[in-house]
Amino acid sequence: MSVIEDILAGDRLALARTLSEIENDTPEGQRALDELFPHTGQARLIGVTGAPGTGKSTLVNRLAYLYRHPPAGVESKSVGIVAVDPSSPFSGGAVLGDRVRMRDLAGDPGVFVRSMASRGSLGGLARTTSDLVQVLDAAGYEIIIIETVGAGQAEVDIARLAHTTIVIEAPGLGDDIQAIKAGILEIADILVVNKADRLGAENTTRALRGMLELAKPGKRFPQHHAPVMALRPPPDLGEGEENGWEPPIVQTVATTGTGISQLEEEIARHQKYLHKSGDLIHKEKIRLKTKMDDLLQYSLVSRWRESITREIYKTTLDKLVARKISPQEAVRVLMNGGNL
Amino acid sequence: MQDKIRVLIAKPGLDGHDRGAKVVARALRDAGMEVIYTGLRQTPEMIAEAALQEDVDVVGLSILSGAHMALAPRVLELLEANGQEDVQVFLGGIIPDEDIPKLQKLGVGGIYGPGTSTQDIVKDIREVLQ
Repeated sequence: MSVIEDILAGDRLALARTLSEIENDTPEGQRALDELFPHTGQARLIGVTGAPGTGKSTLVNRLAYLYRHPPAGVESKSVGIVAVDPSSPFSGGAVLGDRVRMRDLAGDPGVFVRSMASRGSLGGLARTTSDLVQVLDAAGYEIIIIETVGAGQAEVDIARLAHTTIVIEAPGLGDDIQAIKAGILEIADILVVNKADRLGAENTTRALRGMLELAKPGKRFPQHHAPVMALRPPPDLGEGEENGWEPPIVQTVATTGTGISQLEEEIARHQKYLHKSGDLIHKEKIRLKTKMDDLLQYSLVSRWRESITREIYKTTLDKLVARKISPQEAVRVLMNGGNL
Repeated sequence: MQDKIRVLIAKPGLDGHDRGAKVVARALRDAGMEVIYTGLRQTPEMIAEAALQEDVDVVGLSILSGAHMALAPRVLELLEANGQEDVQVFLGGIIPDEDIPKLQKLGVGGIYGPGTSTQDIVKDIREVLQ
């Protein structure tokens, strides 16, 4: 059997090895992506982001556990998890510690957890995170949870990958000015105030609610490397969702599991909304466009890099550092094969 | 690009002292490796499962409880059963001298006691993976 057939048949070793090939950008990995692509598009993609220490991994653990062990009468779903942690900007190494919080999922063949290092990407995900998600999708995982690196204000790539983006806040991280700034809070389809048993949880919830009331909810899609913009008027939806989706706020205590089933209900409600409103198709389009644009950029840079020698690069850089040419001129030189 | 070395650092068994494991994890990170840290009190089954899902090159076990003669062979056995016989297993902790040859015979690579330089561990990992 080929590796592809092995993956589709549920071989976990073949799956794990292929994920490495893709992370390392090998021809085998590229081929696997091509061949697996027709088998994708089935999974529900849930993104989880938030500042370091807000409880992302613990929440992912609980949520995945709930999908595996749902209340009576509900079918359990297989879960793939991709958890991203930062690479060191100095050594390129990384300590990936998300599994520490996910021990409840150990020993379950219906769960596959993969840690990945960001390898220099800055948007909260690694360059190949969406590719790994694609492979898990093809391998038949019904729910795929993507956990970003501990994110601050601007790591919003997750909103272009996930169908439903959950932003986690915790008490005590900032006042209500933080809540009206642009960026990470804006991408939330669902806001979670974790550690809700701590002092200040009500204040945090109130600040977030205030922010939501300030904003007039409209239909918005995160654009690639461009401002978020309104794209079309909201369709007629009924059920009080005429104005588009209003992000609910869910209080949780991930360490004990409090609020997790409510969070799951909100995720399900959001998924239903995506289907009904037609946003799902639009989100998929944006996701694939982002993917294509990213690949195009990466390929162009790679091709350019092959076209230029190290010497030309170094000489140009030296001139720039000596302030003989401006950064703009330097780029013109480099784009022009070393000639100004 | 050269493939990243991926290492699983795991603490099987019941002792709760993970300082050494964390020091090693940090040193390997600074040497440019990607280290997956699993936390305390892992069973050999959990470790083998993590090694599989993460497709690591090396598994580093930290054992201070004296249970290494039970835990290390079991991890090796499970790795092999999963088709990961090529994964190198290293061991750190309090290992009596007389156990070292037995463990090496079973297939444990580097064995490191207190006072080991982290640079030696980095060097050994790089060598064994070449």
